[in-house]
Amino acid sequence: MILASLVDLSRLQFALTAMYHWIFVPLTLGLGFIIAIMETYYVRTGNEFWKRTAKFWMNIFAVNFAIGVATGIILEFQFGTNWSNYSWFVGDIFGAPLAIEGILAFFLESTFFAVMFFGWNKVSKKAHLISTYLVAIGTNLSALWILVANAWMQFPIGMQFNPDTARNEMVDFWAVALSPVAINKFIHTTTNGYVLAAVFVIGVSAWFLMKKREEEFARKSIKISAIFGLISLIVLIWSGDGSAVHVAKKQPMKLAAMEGLYKSHEGTSIVALGVLNPKKQIADYYENPLRYKNEKPYWFNISIPQGLSLLVNRKMDTYVPGIEDILEGGYVYTDRNGDEKIAPPVEERMALGKLAIAGLADYRKASKAGDEEGKEIAYRQLMDNFDHFGYGYIDKPQDIVPNVPLTFYAFHIMVTLGGFFLLFFAITIFLEYRGIIGKHKWYHWMAIASIPLVYLCSQAGWIVAEVGRQPWTIQDLLPVNAAVSGVSPGSVKTTLIMFFILFTVLLIAEIGIMLKVIKKGPGA
Amino acid sequence: MKNNVFKRIWNFYYEGFTNMTSLGKTLWLIIAIKLFIMFFVLKLFFFKSDLREYDSFEEKSDKVIENLTNPK
Repeated sequence: MILASLVDLSRLQFALTAMYHWIFVPLTLGLGFIIAIMETYYVRTGNEFWKRTAKFWMNIFAVNFAIGVATGIILEFQFGTNWSNYSWFVGDIFGAPLAIEGILAFFLESTFFAVMFFGWNKVSKKAHLISTYLVAIGTNLSALWILVANAWMQFPIGMQFNPDTARNEMVDFWAVALSPVAINKFIHTTTNGYVLAAVFVIGVSAWFLMKKREEEFARKSIKISAIFGLISLIVLIWSGDGSAVHVAKKQPMKLAAMEGLYKSHEGTSIVALGVLNPKKQIADYYENPLRYKNEKPYWFNISIPQGLSLLVNRKMDTYVPGIEDILEGGYVYTDRNGDEKIAPPVEERMALGKLAIAGLADYRKASKAGDEEGKEIAYRQLMDNFDHFGYGYIDKPQDIVPNVPLTFYAFHIMVTLGGFFLLFFAITIFLEYRGIIGKHKWYHWMAIASIPLVYLCSQAGWIVAEVGRQPWTIQDLLPVNAAVSGVSPGSVKTTLIMFFILFTVLLIAEIGIMLKVIKKGPGA
Repeated sequence: MKNNVFKRIWNFYYEGFTNMTSLGKTLWLIIAIKLFIMFFVLKLFFFKSDLREYDSFEEKSDKVIENLTNPK
């Protein structure tokens, strides 16, 4: 495969490491709470069965934690090496959340993690239980600060750009930390981890049922996880709905790509199921308008009339812009200050962005020459157009359109599997309460097969979030081509291969060790 | 003699590590190898900051502003 450029290679490397990192993280987020619930039963009843059950899942937790810990640091390495302009541009905003994350991760997790594993016979039952809960809370709090940083990239607020340093400086910590995008992202991402962990526990327990081993352990693990998973999934769906509303207002192009929506009208439909027409290319909109017009967006689709309007605007006859509409402007969007504005055409935003960049260059020249008046004029030019800054690096309007098929299919896979898991938890609870969960082999196979499916669903969610916001590293302010460093493509290729090998070895080790622990069972 | 708090913490970790199961030992070995590869191989030899050649904060700012105002 021939890759187009340094940007593509750097993106591929970041995507690879982020996706591998996200294989390890979500199980930790949810399993901690499932273990804590099991241990709560132990403390309340004094029944050694619950201790044995909690300890088995703690071993699984430990394997996942040990393999996954610090894999996220590699992403931070890449910021400095492959994305130095970006890293400098955001530096002050990321500093505080990542520092808090580091302190929390180190002190909370490492301290109470030790008590959780070494402290069974050394601290009281209650103290041990508190440690288990604190480990679960600590892993989630770590995720909070990473997600705050990620949400800022999707909706940058609470900062002021300093043209003397080319850095965004945080002026309102709480606006960054409590941004509605950040809160929604945190809830959506962590509940995704809870659902994943619940499905994982049910799948592994179903294997025990299938083998007719440890049936009480398996049934009680399933019971706790199914209820925990169902409640989490309901919150996950609710936050997903909130996410769609935010995306519609703040990243309308992402929503249009998620739906494969090219041209819109009032009362926009939502695609429940569809196959995109690969010949419908947005580049043709400018380069071959006749061909573009003749190609339909889908080969096949089942749509719910007015569904998208209802979903994002809460009114059926409202307008949701499509890709063409966004390129042409004229729709309403929410700017960084939370004000609703009429979007200009992308070509106009590109011109305004170039004015902003020229303002920064003039400011620098005037600053070096000691020309205070020139500085003031240049500063005004920069800040008046700063909301369009990133568009100044866009070569062609169609470059602001993300990969539509990847975003569309990832979104629909995520939603479809989300629906499947709702059914899955309902079936699980029904079979368990009827006392017949151990009898149905079809269910055991379905539960085991659900483990890879829930990982696929989780990865698809991140693809929607991250591919859907391309080309922006920071929404509207810095596209990938301006964020990338001047490193050689060869060195990025080398490290890409190294990461691939390292993470694949770690994944194989994780699966191998986990299978060994599972085969031994809780009795070991 | 009553141990002080630091001694008790030390004993807690010491006993925890010395009585660790084979699974725990394997996981610690993996963590150690992984961190070694990440910090002493990848970070030292492959992931140097792109702005490392500039000493001061001002020089780094200047370089980024130059990059941002002269897009390729």
